[in-house]
Parts: sequence; C-alpha cells; structure tokens
Amino acid sequence: MPPIIEARGLTKRFGKVQALDGLDLVAEPGQVVAVLGPNGAGKTTFVRSVATLLVPDAGTLHVAGIDALADPRAVRRVIGLAGQYAAVEEAMTGRENLEMVARLFGHDRRTARSNADAVLDQIDLASEGSRLVRTYSGGMRRRLDLGASLVGAPRLLLLDEPTTGLDPRSRVELWDAIRALVDAGTDVLLTTQYLEEADQLAGRVVIVDKGAVIADGTPSELKTQAGRDVVSIHARTLEDLDRIAVLLAPIGAEEPRLDRPTRSVAVPVDGGTAKLAEAVRLLDQASIEIDDLALRRPTLDEVFLALTGEPIAGDAPAPDPAPAPV
Amino acid sequence: MTATTVPARAPLRIAAPTGQAGVATTALAVARRTILQFLRTPQLIVVSSIQGAMFLLIFRYVFGGAIDVGGVPYVDFLVPGFVVTGVLFSGMGAAAGVADDIDKGFFDRLRSLPVSRTALLGGRSLADTALVTWGLLITVAIGFLVGFRIHGSVGEALAAFGLCIVYGFAFTWVFICIGLLAGSAQAAQGMSLLVFPFTFVSSAYVPVDTMPGWMQPIAEHQPITAMSNAVRSLTLGSPELAGLDGTTSSYVLTSLIWCVGLVAVFAPIAVARYRRG
Repeated sequence: MPPIIEARGLTKRFGKVQALDGLDLVAEPGQVVAVLGPNGAGKTTFVRSVATLLVPDAGTLHVAGIDALADPRAVRRVIGLAGQYAAVEEAMTGRENLEMVARLFGHDRRTARSNADAVLDQIDLASEGSRLVRTYSGGMRRRLDLGASLVGAPRLLLLDEPTTGLDPRSRVELWDAIRALVDAGTDVLLTTQYLEEADQLAGRVVIVDKGAVIADGTPSELKTQAGRDVVSIHARTLEDLDRIAVLLAPIGAEEPRLDRPTRSVAVPVDGGTAKLAEAVRLLDQASIEIDDLALRRPTLDEVFLALTGEPIAGDAPAPDPAPAPV
Repeated sequence: MTATTVPARAPLRIAAPTGQAGVATTALAVARRTILQFLRTPQLIVVSSIQGAMFLLIFRYVFGGAIDVGGVPYVDFLVPGFVVTGVLFSGMGAAAGVADDIDKGFFDRLRSLPVSRTALLGGRSLADTALVTWGLLITVAIGFLVGFRIHGSVGEALAAFGLCIVYGFAFTWVFICIGLLAGSAQAAQGMSLLVFPFTFVSSAYVPVDTMPGWMQPIAEHQPITAMSNAVRSLTLGSPELAGLDGTTSSYVLTSLIWCVGLVAVFAPIAVARYRRG
C-alpha cells in the first residue's frame, strides 16, 4: 500500500514569505499524524497543498498514491477537509448541510440522506439535525463541519486546527469524535498549535517550523528527545517564585524557567526522584509554602523550546498537562 | 497519556460514493443553498424590497415633478430605467456573498470536493439570477402601483422583463468577480458601490441629451444606457416616445451584445481566479 501522504521537497512562497521550505513528510496509512508548529510555520499551507487548494512552487506530492499536482481531482475524491472555520451554511439545517456535501461528493439523493443521518449520529447531532445551524453553538458547528468532511467516506481526513477557538469542553467533545473516526480506520492529518491536542490524538507528531520539518516521532519519543525530566513547582505568591528559582537553581541541570502568569517554575533535572526529594528538603528548610510540586516528563512546549530555542508563539497556550502525583 | 472515556459508539460505516456529481447536480446543489440563505433571512428580503421601493418613490414623487422628458409622463420614462438599475443593486449581494464565503472557509470546502469548479460558480450565478428576478418582480409591481403603464404590447413588455433577467445574469458575473477579488465582504460591498455613478451617468433616470456635451459620450456608451434604452423602447412601444432615434431591435441587440461581452470578460476571470484559489 502506498503511503497516504508522500511529500518531497515541498516549496511555496507567498511574496516575501517562504511558507514551505523544502518540506518532506511521508505518512503511512493507519495512523494519525499531527503537524505541530507555531503560527506561520507553514502548517496550513501544507494542508492546503494536500487538499489541492493550492499548488506548491516546487516538490512532489502524492496522496494515497495519486500525484496531487498532476491529478488533483482524483485526490479530491479520497480526502475530506475540515478547516479552521466552521464552513457550514447557517441558513440550512445540519442535515441539509450534510446532504448538500454528500451530493457534491457524488452520492445519489437517497444515499446522501442516509449518509447524512449516519454522520449526524456519529457526531452526536442526531437530535439537532433538523435545526438551522444558526441556532447551533460554536462546538456544534465545528462538529458539523467535521461531519461534512466525512459524508464522502474519505480515506484521508484533513483537519486544519480543528479546535482553535473552542472552549475546553467542546474541544474534548471534538477530540472524542475524531478518536471514534480513527478507530473506524480513517487516516487523519491534523494541524494544531495545541501541544496537548497532538499528544491526545496523534500517534506521530511532526514539528514544523519556518516551512520545514524540525522533528518527527511519537509524542513520547519527542519528549525523550528534549531530554530531562522537570521538577515543577507552583508557588503560593509571586514573591516566593523568585526565591524558589534561586533556591533550586543548584539542583537543576539547566536554568530554572519561570512562568509568572501561572506562578510556576520548571527546573530541568538529571536523576529524577533524588532531585525531587532534595527540592522538598530545600523548600522545607527555607520554610517556603507552595501550592503544588511535581516531577514530570517535559511537555511538548518544552520540546519545541529545546529544538528551536524559541517558545511556541501560539494565540492561546495549551492547558498545562496534569502533573503526575508525587 | 490521561485515560479518556470515549462514549461507546459504533464506528461510522458509510459507503464511498460510486459516481461523481455532474455539472447540473453541482450547480443546483450550491444554487439551492444561496436561495435558501435568502429565503431564510427575512431581514434581507424586507430590507432589499424597502430600499428599492423607497428610491422609486423618491424619484417618482420628489425629483419627478422637476423632470420633463417630453412625450410621456415621467413615471413611464422612469420605471424602465429604474428596473434596470434595480437589477444592479440586487445583484450586488453576490459580491458580498462570494467574499463572505471565501472569508468563512466555505469556498475552501467546496473547492476541496471532486466537482467542477466552473459548475460551483455557475450555481452561484444561477441562484443570484433567480434572486435578481425576484427583485425585478417587486420593483415592477411597485412601478405599477405608482402609476407606471406599458404603452406597447404585453409581448414586448414580457420581452423587456426577459431582457432584464439576461442582463441580471450577465452582471452576476461582474459581481462574482468583484467578490472573488475583493478580499473581504466589506471591500466587496465598497467596490460594488462603484457602479453607483454609472447608474446616474446613463439614460436610466434622465435623457442623455440633457447632460453636458463632454459627459454624453460616456453616458451613451455603457451597458446601463444600452439596457435602459432597450427596456424603455419595449415598454413604451416605440423608441420615439423615449426620445430616442434608433429602432427597438437595434437597442435590444446592443444590450444583448453588452450582456455577451460582460459574461465573456468576467466569467473567465472569475473561473480562473476561483481555480487558482
């Protein structure tokens, strides 16, 4: 079986901006690949190339074995796209939206209807299917948008930042919907700036920066690549934060990293639990009271920082991963 | 990884499509959407109708008294021209609609589907032509209410109506083009308003020979004048009553040539732009 996506040396320039700079990515069938990177890294340009919405300046691109540059129409038969926006018609019902897209995918009227019903069921909108989309919440619209990309039974689902702008609960609901699809055997290419999202959904994470792949692996491989475990402390007050950083600097393998908005300090350490115990002892001696103390694997945020030397500059930071209990 | 409860759900099993949507299916599917959008947004219907009625009343009763067009009552001169410009004003919605579809990612969805992209735009044009026809009916009805009467045959009047639809179709391509090129719905709306001066510098509301000499050639050689002359000649029964010295068929022919020309120029630009994305 050919790779579901095979991109070699993809290059695309918009005026002065080099959106793709020789991007290589080969995705085998049967996996969810997350393309992770900051705004402007080239994620969306890549997905739009795979979706045949734009033509790269150079490079080759095959989707499910089809040459996307020579025969884009054949590629459109095997993909489903859900973009950054809920691209659904507000003045139609959920069912009407799905039926319209199913018709355009080439289904006859009857199959379009039954597919629409099956998809509504899948995305938990069965009881709202006859309501105008205008009355839907943001999360429901996104789920419907996801559904619209499914009515053609695509082999490859392209999700471009599917949960951007959603509240946490809607996000989890959409994740569940995506997981159910993956269980059913659809291949997924997903872009995201939320590290947790890649961690939650993808078996493979490709980190993209400045139009090229800078790291590639399973979420845990990438975390290992960034190396050290982290002792993470939530200070009770902002004044304590600096004291803690100075106090724990000697046990760290690198400079402690402070995050003032969350009053937390992260100390990368070698030799996990021994250093954790030492941290507790030091804090106790100095009589500093803290809210929370944990030893954890690095987050993908920290992976990105370790790889590029720059923090991820997303619009909205991913929620902190739950610290492992001590 | 945190354990997450996935609700028990049967995996989605749907058949892959066997065929492909033809050009007609594609165009009709997207046309239906644009029409539903209009029908299910009552504000849109009410506002557009009231706007048309308001301007017609202003021209008929405020300016009308001061304008003397010679042979016929001003209302009989005005309404054909007003109907023609009304086609433009209702067609403008297409530009904003198209720009909005780009903004909201709707066009990306459509363009990612295995259908003819020309058919997608064709469907848009079809729907907007239907909406223009609806606007035409309302304007004509109000025209009759404020005293407009046809002086020619019913057949000629129907031909005039049909001509307006053809003209509306031609102009939807101009507006679709504007919508594709504008970049945002607001910009599209702004650019569409550039047709405003053209509606005035034409024979739509007043005879061209009352304008200053330098302006007359501009007013004479543009589609709104061609259409107004044709429609007026048909509803008045003769070009003479409209203060024109050509024949009805020559005016109809000129306006049809304009329509063909507009489609020939703007449809390929729109399609090329749409394909490129």
